[in-house]
Amino acid sequence: MDSSFYLVQLLNAVQYGLLLFLIASGLTLVFGVMGILNLAHGSMYMIGAYLAYYFTFLTDSFFLAFLISGSIALLIGILIERFLIIHLYKRDHLDQVLLTVGLIFVFNSIQSFVWGNDPLGIEVPNLLSGSIKLTDIIEYPIYRLFISGLCIIVAVSMYLIINRTKLGMMIRAGESDRNMVENLGVDISKLFTIVFAIGVFLAALAGIVSAPIVSLVPGMGEHVLISCFVVVVIGGLGSIKGAFIAALIVGIVDTFASVLLPEISSMSIYLLMALILLVKPQGLFKN
Amino acid sequence: MNNKKKFLKPLLHASIAAFIGSISSYALANNNEPIKIGMMLPFSGVYAGLGEATRNGLKQALKESGNSVAGRSIEFIEMDTEAKPARAPEITSSLVDNQKVDFIVGPVHSGVAMGMIKSIKGKDSIMIIPNAGANAATGAFCQPNVFRTSFSSWQTAYPMGKEAYEMGYKKIVTMSWNYGFGKESLAAFNESFTAAGGEVIKKMLVPFPKTEFQSYLTEIASIKPDAVFVFFAGGGAVKFVKDYSAMGLKGKIPLLGSGFLTEGTTKAQGPASEGVITTLHYADSLDNEKNTAFRQKYEELFKKPADLFAVQGYDAGQLIIDAVTATKGKTKDKNALIKEMEQLEINSPRGAFKFSKAHNPIQSIYLRKVVNGQNTVIKIAQENLEDPARGCKL
Repeated sequence: MDSSFYLVQLLNAVQYGLLLFLIASGLTLVFGVMGILNLAHGSMYMIGAYLAYYFTFLTDSFFLAFLISGSIALLIGILIERFLIIHLYKRDHLDQVLLTVGLIFVFNSIQSFVWGNDPLGIEVPNLLSGSIKLTDIIEYPIYRLFISGLCIIVAVSMYLIINRTKLGMMIRAGESDRNMVENLGVDISKLFTIVFAIGVFLAALAGIVSAPIVSLVPGMGEHVLISCFVVVVIGGLGSIKGAFIAALIVGIVDTFASVLLPEISSMSIYLLMALILLVKPQGLFKN
Repeated sequence: MNNKKKFLKPLLHASIAAFIGSISSYALANNNEPIKIGMMLPFSGVYAGLGEATRNGLKQALKESGNSVAGRSIEFIEMDTEAKPARAPEITSSLVDNQKVDFIVGPVHSGVAMGMIKSIKGKDSIMIIPNAGANAATGAFCQPNVFRTSFSSWQTAYPMGKEAYEMGYKKIVTMSWNYGFGKESLAAFNESFTAAGGEVIKKMLVPFPKTEFQSYLTEIASIKPDAVFVFFAGGGAVKFVKDYSAMGLKGKIPLLGSGFLTEGTTKAQGPASEGVITTLHYADSLDNEKNTAFRQKYEELFKKPADLFAVQGYDAGQLIIDAVTATKGKTKDKNALIKEMEQLEINSPRGAFKFSKAHNPIQSIYLRKVVNGQNTVIKIAQENLEDPARGCKL
């Protein structure tokens, strides 16, 4: 095991961490701005992946499928917020749990009904299907690097939108004092619709880009949801910067635990979470 | 106080149901009563596809006998296990004690099987396992009223050890999820591989159900073994085989596996699965009359190709039909029924098989290779292989 071995492992870790960030970012954004904990976030990831599968076969182009699925996800987000989430703003967290857990069942049934229960998969698009030779045996798939690049683009754009634009200003204001923002004449309901739709879009985006490298199976959303929560809790509920840093830490801990301490690798990220919460009960970055 | 009430109420319901049940079975103790079959399969969740195929196979077998056996009709009671072991005892008891089923067909998941076996021990229903491969089900926990029409984990991996050594591989890395089925498969492989003279230089256990394999694949590449033997199934198998290929290991380090690695998954795996070599008690492409007829009929009935799980469900159905036919429709005397079942030879699409003393199939294991997305049989790796049934006193 020479240094190149550890460098490749570091690459694995960062790349996994970036993907975790992409999945978790929408969850933490929606919670930070709207105070809504969307337990069906994993289902949106699943629906994104299945839509990408469906439209890739229909149009024979992953990139077309990417655009169509992304648009559908935005639309789903708007509809869910307008017709369902809107009733929750004046209610407590238990009602949110009831509704969003209900949505998990609904989306699982839709998935099972439309696409069946056998594992499905799509191929990596030709344009991105090559790989880069790293050692005498290991080749790193370009598609994985493409995903990492995309995750970085998403992270940077989120940073810029939130800190440099008017929409971002309203989002930040909405986070700290909802009533004041409303009194200043900002249409908070429209803001919420936009934010929720973006949250759903981000989850679906993660599902879409993962579709060529994961297997599409019933319940795939729930597995993702758990790692997602670990990231969001470590980072501090609602903090996007926190989610970014937490995702990278989780990626690194998870990867190196599986190599160096395989006996405890299954609980490594939960141990990490417990330790961090002992020192910082609100997570790394509290809003 | 409250707790006590909660406990008593279902107990009361159960005893009333049992009372009514006993009256009616007394009054109707003749051959016109339907044969009751309880199905305990996962109809939702990750294993839903397997549950569906098993049910289809079972229904096909019964349909082929005109949905009646020895003049008695058949009544189904379907229960969704959701593949959750915690639900197993409750559902089993309700089928056995309240519904008084003659047979329970299930489950898919080994954890559920263990819970069911505990609840059915000494009861008057016969359990037929159409998948769950835990060695203990026909080993340390074997029961007179528990049969299995599928396989033991040991059977599916043991023959590969000798084969791998004969292919010239001396140093091998093994890998699976860190759970029963995976660990039993690795142990069985290890048993015959080291007996032949090979060495397992590293065993990797991935937390279940994690599918982020990159770090493990990087480690395999740095160890450079002669070959890799793995156990993964379903969605995890799809992801593993794709990742193995994408990381450039395919073609440099041969990939061997228990048959579940490429069972029902080659379409989703795409070209990455080409050339993967596995052992299993069945292959879609098996060339025998029974298999051809079975697959044709299945496709007609259910509009999709049959798979291994359909075969195992089908054989559970054949076992019920043949046994009840042999007792001329009598199902009250369970000991007589069990005696018949122990004698039977099941004409399975995988090839005919009989049961071992522990009630597990004595069956041939095939060596298969993926060619053009099909598991193609290279040869019989081991003929009429019997599970050692360690710890079983039957």
